[in-house]
Amino acid sequence: MKTINITIDGIDTEIPKGMTVLEAARGLDIQIPTLCYLQGVNHSTSCRVCVVEVGPRLIASCTLIAEEGMQIRTNTKKVRDARRTSVELLLSDHERECLSCSRGGSCELQSVSNDLNIRQVSYVGEKSSQEKDYTSPAILRDAAKCILCGRCVGACGTLQTVHAIGFAGRGFDTVISTAFGRPLAESTCINCGQCIMACPVGALSEHENIGDVWNAIANPAKTVVVQTAPAVRVALGEEFGMPIGSRVTGKMVAALRRLGFDKVFDTNFGADLTIMEEGTELLNRLGSGQNLPLMTSCCPGWVKFVEHNFPNMLDHLSTCKSPHEMEGAMVKSYFAKKEGIAPEDIVVVSIMPCTAKKFESGRDELSGGGLSDVDWVLTTRELAAMIKEAGIDFANLKDEAFDNPFGEASGAGVIFGATGGVAEAALRTVFELTSGQELETVEYTAVRGMEGIKENVIELPGGKEIRTAVVHGLGNARKLMEAIERGEKSYDFMEVMACAGGCITGGGQPIHDARTVETVNIKAERAKGIYSEDEAQEIRKSHKNPQIQKLYAEFLGSPGGHKSHELLHTHYLVRSRF
Amino acid sequence: MEEQLTSGCGATAEADIDEKLEKIEAAIEQFRSIKGALIPVLHEVQDVYGYLPEKILQIVSRALNLPMSEIYGVASFYHFFSLTPKGDNIIRVCMGTACYIKGAQALLDRFSTELKVPVQGTTEDNKFTLEATRCLGACGLAPVLTIGEKVHGRLVPNNVPKILKEY
Repeated sequence: MKTINITIDGIDTEIPKGMTVLEAARGLDIQIPTLCYLQGVNHSTSCRVCVVEVGPRLIASCTLIAEEGMQIRTNTKKVRDARRTSVELLLSDHERECLSCSRGGSCELQSVSNDLNIRQVSYVGEKSSQEKDYTSPAILRDAAKCILCGRCVGACGTLQTVHAIGFAGRGFDTVISTAFGRPLAESTCINCGQCIMACPVGALSEHENIGDVWNAIANPAKTVVVQTAPAVRVALGEEFGMPIGSRVTGKMVAALRRLGFDKVFDTNFGADLTIMEEGTELLNRLGSGQNLPLMTSCCPGWVKFVEHNFPNMLDHLSTCKSPHEMEGAMVKSYFAKKEGIAPEDIVVVSIMPCTAKKFESGRDELSGGGLSDVDWVLTTRELAAMIKEAGIDFANLKDEAFDNPFGEASGAGVIFGATGGVAEAALRTVFELTSGQELETVEYTAVRGMEGIKENVIELPGGKEIRTAVVHGLGNARKLMEAIERGEKSYDFMEVMACAGGCITGGGQPIHDARTVETVNIKAERAKGIYSEDEAQEIRKSHKNPQIQKLYAEFLGSPGGHKSHELLHTHYLVRSRF
Repeated sequence: MEEQLTSGCGATAEADIDEKLEKIEAAIEQFRSIKGALIPVLHEVQDVYGYLPEKILQIVSRALNLPMSEIYGVASFYHFFSLTPKGDNIIRVCMGTACYIKGAQALLDRFSTELKVPVQGTTEDNKFTLEATRCLGACGLAPVLTIGEKVHGRLVPNNVPKILKEY
């Protein structure tokens, strides 16, 4: 590795050639503030907050490649004044309702402004005015708070290749916009919420449903049932100051009871059910050779992405509803019957790491008898907000267990939360169902890990092979789909999660600032929590879950049977590419 | 959103559509291999249709493999491009410094009153589009404006009705 020598604030340092001044300074524990910069996502140098003095010039350090002998100063009056001017100008056209903003306290503009000791904004001028866009059931856009850093555009375009939003207009009239300025709901947005995760301010947030859920809980005529996705339990603690990836399953259940939910169920049960149905579907398709590869349908962002961009491949998507939708359908049929409650008097709330699940729960296809399978979806962040609002001391709660009949789940159900999890869970069951043998090592480590595309051939006893691909991040998914279209790749089974790392980094999870995202491997920390919960389960395979066996025996019949098709399977729509 | 591409109808209109599309396809072929093909292609679309119809931009998006949000970004950045149909005659009133000082605003306002359209608007009969533009580079004729290719200079608001009668 070639190295060069530079001097930052009088400190001589040797750094690898090609490193930016920002990275070099961080290596010396010199904190240069940033706003628009987000490693690997946005390098637009638009905010000018990270300027440093190089000789007589002020240059943005985030994209400045260090050169041999460079003399850099990060803490001069000129630098501090320039940074302050930039931030004051941003603040002069920013809706400063910080007290009631969803990002108050976790806003990067607020913390940069504080760090730079800005006590008043010297610039008063015209404000760009824009209506809030509430049209999407998943994502709320508030342009009055937008600082035009472009991080959302990078997340949507560069990372996800969705390109639903971009810069439009010019000068003072510049906005982040969908094509033709249409409402977000009418765009190609797939609701993944990665734009929210990238936004340093409150310009993007989930479309909140906290009030709707409080209303349901307050209504004595309703039985309000809640279920929680696997990825929520390894992230919720972060909202209460716990280390990233802390596993808080028991506290979460306790908190949900205290919020007033009548039953607290585990979506992992729904995941086990998905494996029963999708595993059967995979075996059927392998038998007939039709519509291979079978593509997973658990991720609503991915499903909508296929509907917009690869409508010819809709037949490849599994017809299985996603786990929480399956569970919602079971609550309003099996559970309702068992408990003697009219389905219309049950409200199903799903706590999800995901914003796209909000859109999904509103799909007409995901309902039965005129009732939605799931009534409201809250993100991990919204749940945390409710717990805080209720004055619950989360960190000191005693662990509690989920309610039955949907509280018992296998380890296979929990790993759905990380990339590779659905594939691994499916393989555990498919292996045993085809071979009739007990699987000795349940871990399919080949499908684990954070590589963007993981290809494997799984050998079944009897010589049959399943060629699998596990993909996360829609940029990777697009690459693979195009390769399949060109005939360069072929698989039997494909697991796709829209967000990099899987649901654990979904658009509804706790938001960390750009510095934390760069320095902590959030994906890996949360994935650790997921796999440790799997290991802690006595039952590791979906088909061994006794509650699942009971459900089929008492109600559903057999996987892929008539009743399953009516309640647990769905269909998809062709959507416009534009 | 369906958009009407021509004002005509019947066989002539179809032939017209084909001819226009062929021009666009030719431009795409000509420029697709170069970096920054979008802008010359958009110029051709604007020349052929008088504006950038969404349906045609969809063809451009597929052909150049560029997302629509990006095309919209470019189209909305440059004032030359228009996303809405324009009138047969485009009145461009220069708002450069010299013209502004010589009363271009009053001129622009008078056009707006006479034509009953706001700036950037198109008359109901589709005859005129009124635009305010950056410096036309003819400061000696201030205040100056162009209608189509024709230049009218050293004007006062009272000249406006007479000018409009010419078209």
